[in-house]
Amino acid sequence: MGINPDLVGHIYPAGASYQVGREKIREFATATKASSPAHFDVQAAQALGYADLVAPPTFVIIIAQRADAQLIADPASGIDFSRVVHADQRFTHHRPIVAGDELLAELYVDQIREMGAGAMITTRAEITTVSGEKVATTTSSLLVRAGD
Amino acid sequence: MIKFSSLEKGQVIGSKTVTVNRGDLVRYAGASGDFNPIHYSERFATEVELPSVIAHGMFTMGAVVDLVGAWVGNPGAIVDYQTRFTKPVVVEDPAGSNPSDAEGTAIEVEGKIGALDEEAQTARVDLTVTANGTKVLMKCQAVVQL
Repeated sequence: MGINPDLVGHIYPAGASYQVGREKIREFATATKASSPAHFDVQAAQALGYADLVAPPTFVIIIAQRADAQLIADPASGIDFSRVVHADQRFTHHRPIVAGDELLAELYVDQIREMGAGAMITTRAEITTVSGEKVATTTSSLLVRAGD
Repeated sequence: MIKFSSLEKGQVIGSKTVTVNRGDLVRYAGASGDFNPIHYSERFATEVELPSVIAHGMFTMGAVVDLVGAWVGNPGAIVDYQTRFTKPVVVEDPAGSNPSDAEGTAIEVEGKIGALDEEAQTARVDLTVTANGTKVLMKCQAVVQL
């Protein structure tokens, strides 16, 4: 099995905050072929009631995967990144993310299951503003395929 | 703006095709920060027993939900979005083409109203996502606040 089962229940505290920038929203929206002008044009976003450009629905994966990277880099986890396959993903938005937000991600290791010779690890990132407002909860399961 | 009362379970909200070529994967890697080489190096991908370079699951998940955001007219109205990644989307690098201009792999997406919650005024849109005739995402569901 490729993952240390003792990690269940472990919490990785939030690292440095993530500043959501207009250009990053534009870049991510372009990269995911998003069509809404509210990702590109501040006036279009304001017309929908947002203070600034609104992030696409999966934008927060940037922050969640930075949090996951702590786990993958942790020598205690035993995870070989080259054998990781993304199995499932969920985003729950407590409120939309807009340019100017400064966000933190706290990572919880919720579950580890053996899957044949490999293992499935489920993590949850709780995304908040630096002042503690809940913004999003992301859950992802990674399948670590057995090595040779 | 879409009225909750006008919606019915099973109603098709629309469909579209998203294409993905190797250039798109490089762009997504840079934008997302996910630089796993299985998404750009064919040599590496095949050495770890994948058929070829595959798209980031998160590229596909991110691209297909545009159908829902465009339908509701507000991408920030998507309050919950989930999927399972069941099959990889293989992205080839055809000889004689510029990888950024290649036609790429076609990802087909269709959205249907899967559930309505009158109390919460939310609609769940279930997305059927296929590439090369195979379902690549399962339980792909976006909940929209109306």
